[in-house]
Amino acid sequence: MTILFETRSLTKSFFGITAVNNISLEVEEGKILGLIGQNGAGKSTLMNLIGGVHQPDSGQMLLADKAYTPRNPADAKQAGIAFIHQELNLFTNLTIAENIFIDGFPTRRIGPIRFIDRGQLKRETASILEWVGLDVPADTVIETMSPGERQLAEIAKALYFDARIIIFDEPTTSLTARETERLFEIMRQLRDTGKAVIYISHILKDIAAISDSIAVMRDGVLMAQESAESFTIDRMINLMVGRKLEQLYPPKTAQSEPDTLLQVKNVSAKGLVKDIDLSLRGGEILGLFGLMGSGRTELARIIFGLDQFDAGEIYVEGKRRTANSIRNSIKNRIAFVTENRREEGLLMNVSIADNTTLVSLPQFANDLTLYVNQQALSDAAQQASQILQLKSGDITTQAAKALSGGNQQKVVIAKWLLNEPMIFIMDEPTRGVDVGAKYEIYTIIDQLAAIGSGVLFISSEIEELIGMCDRILVMSQGEVVGEFTRSEFDEERILRAAFREGEEKPHAAVK
Amino acid sequence: MRRLSESRLFNFIINNSTGILFVVILAFFALTAQNFFSLDNALSIIKNASFIGVLAVGMTFVLLTAGIDLSVGSNMYLSAVVAGLLMRQFDIPVWMGLLTALSIGGLYGLFNGFCVVVLRIVPFMVTLATLVMGRGIGTFLTQSEQVDLPERVNEFGQLRLLGIPMPVIVFLIVLLIAIYILRYTPLGRQMYAVGNDPDAAKKAGVNTDRVIWSVYVISGIAAGLVGFVLASQVMRVDRSFGESYELDAIAAAVIGGTSLFGGVGSALGAVFGAILLQMVEAGLVFRSVNLYLQPMVKALVIFIAVFFDGIRTANIAQQRRRYIRNDLDDTDAPVSSASLPEPKPVSES
Repeated sequence: MTILFETRSLTKSFFGITAVNNISLEVEEGKILGLIGQNGAGKSTLMNLIGGVHQPDSGQMLLADKAYTPRNPADAKQAGIAFIHQELNLFTNLTIAENIFIDGFPTRRIGPIRFIDRGQLKRETASILEWVGLDVPADTVIETMSPGERQLAEIAKALYFDARIIIFDEPTTSLTARETERLFEIMRQLRDTGKAVIYISHILKDIAAISDSIAVMRDGVLMAQESAESFTIDRMINLMVGRKLEQLYPPKTAQSEPDTLLQVKNVSAKGLVKDIDLSLRGGEILGLFGLMGSGRTELARIIFGLDQFDAGEIYVEGKRRTANSIRNSIKNRIAFVTENRREEGLLMNVSIADNTTLVSLPQFANDLTLYVNQQALSDAAQQASQILQLKSGDITTQAAKALSGGNQQKVVIAKWLLNEPMIFIMDEPTRGVDVGAKYEIYTIIDQLAAIGSGVLFISSEIEELIGMCDRILVMSQGEVVGEFTRSEFDEERILRAAFREGEEKPHAAVK
Repeated sequence: MRRLSESRLFNFIINNSTGILFVVILAFFALTAQNFFSLDNALSIIKNASFIGVLAVGMTFVLLTAGIDLSVGSNMYLSAVVAGLLMRQFDIPVWMGLLTALSIGGLYGLFNGFCVVVLRIVPFMVTLATLVMGRGIGTFLTQSEQVDLPERVNEFGQLRLLGIPMPVIVFLIVLLIAIYILRYTPLGRQMYAVGNDPDAAKKAGVNTDRVIWSVYVISGIAAGLVGFVLASQVMRVDRSFGESYELDAIAAAVIGGTSLFGGVGSALGAVFGAILLQMVEAGLVFRSVNLYLQPMVKALVIFIAVFFDGIRTANIAQQRRRYIRNDLDDTDAPVSSASLPEPKPVSES
């Protein structure tokens, strides 16, 4: 056994939050290393350090016993590290062959003119495609291919270069069962030819089946790296969870009220969610847990009216929604704090005050002349920022981008608060927010519930859902696969449900 | 599988909208306007389309990278002015005049590219500024007077090869070169890649700056060429020479299926677009349609073509949507767990 690659005390933090903490990992030649951990455990950051996307704060990496310090992805590629990302980096308007050879086409001369050698291009591509098990012609345009085929094309592109270490980051999420099987064969073949493979996945069964050794990360720390043979799935989950709750959450003051504010009945949208049942009462904080790609954000977008659904019904305050539109949602006082505040939640170059009053602006205009009462507007913005304890300069001049993550999130919340929301959908409201600001956001959520609003709290951090919610729904592959009331809250059981590794049958069984 | 065949028909129409529009309009005029459907008229239409056509081919390169070049009309003017002045004042031969026009056009494009790549200014604003600048320099050089070209230029302008007028031959050569670059060189394929996803192109090791710079130079050279060829036809360059040609060039490219969002388009499409526009104009004249109505009909054609582009783009966006679950009627959609049932094979129809 030879160690091809290792990290020594590798550490990386972003804005004071340590994402990768003192990690010493070993990757052996001719072995598959399975890497698991919850969302935010630091897997992606670790891989980005190896792939040259980020540089470590301290610690070192060794490749074949030599210091390895990639400054960018090209360096990593040069060193023989192939990285297959979860998101595809394909040019959809070009063919598979062109995608693979975009930075180095084979050419040939006809007289004085140099042409792309399409014959050779096709032959070389065909042999890679055959090996990957993608049964389409080399000149197929990516646009016309299914998501699974695209994923295989991406893999073919990465494997074309003679890599020594191949990192697969969640490669199976868009593959069919057969394609997944083929992928595992490819991984085994790579291993048998002496390459090192790092395989990241949320599907623990797959990890157990294919890995030679398994590494578990939690909160940026490497919890264990051991041989796969003796590693049970139970133990994997145990290691992935397991932090004790401290006083991270405000005392609960809100009481659930009997009236149902929001009722979602059998809602399906093709390819996104299926048979969703959900109800939210006044004063209730309902948690929605799911791993990346489980459909939770898609469901939130449908409820808010950003996307349409094919079947089912949505009732707001007992009235059936006829037109599923954002305007309707705002009229019904539904608020949506998006998971992506930088791109979808805020106008980054606009002042805090203008951001705050964006949604409720029409209320400040005279009905006849449409003249906006600037004084009332800025008073309202001031008041909202005081209630939320916004830490900022002059809110009428300071741009949203100059605020810290936590304070930006408060501005997004303030924007909706002025509209006096009845239903608050919060998608990952504490992502990228420091611990202090997290507590303040939790407090705001509790206060919202205390005045009778219903809060749909979407998160991939189980702890905060357990700390804050009255009930938690679990989603997986676009379906609700479990429901837990406060007395049943248990991190391990919730995580099992999300992984579909139930020790008991989940409430809404898989059909 | 009725739904499938319907969506195939829809896709066929959407992806070939220009061709279909072309055939429909051609058939309409052929049936309703006397003498329209003749070889002479076809040659005349193609000749008149060649100026906008060459500009549109150059424009296609720029649009492929999601840029735009508003300065081509002014570029035409400046290139023709400089070449004309040199030929008149210093008696340089016609071929050197042509070379001058090409060089001025290329330098013009080089400057546009410099502003976009190095100064990082938005292409729309860069070329809007150089649109004003080019005409400004030209009127300064001529003191706003028209430049009459020496008689030997006319000989060049009236050249024919196998009975085919010179502008049509130039048009053909430009088309072939463009097809060669776009389809058969790495640079051409990289233009498509940059237009599709600039970040991914950078990650894949493509020199995106070089690619973007080159499209402006190509568009500039095309403009210089058109300036000279058009001047050799009308034999004078006045201050409105080439004015608003950029708009027709963009329209022709877009009608030819080039997307303003980058990554989609072809040189042949631009040629079709230019001929289509010219055919509409000629047809309206043949049918003696009221002169004041003609721009509106032309606008309608542009509108229909761009409308299809919009549908096509929306269609692509739809296809890019993320799939989470494998619904039964959706056989190609993914599953994320091996425990789910194997999807049915796709049925061919």
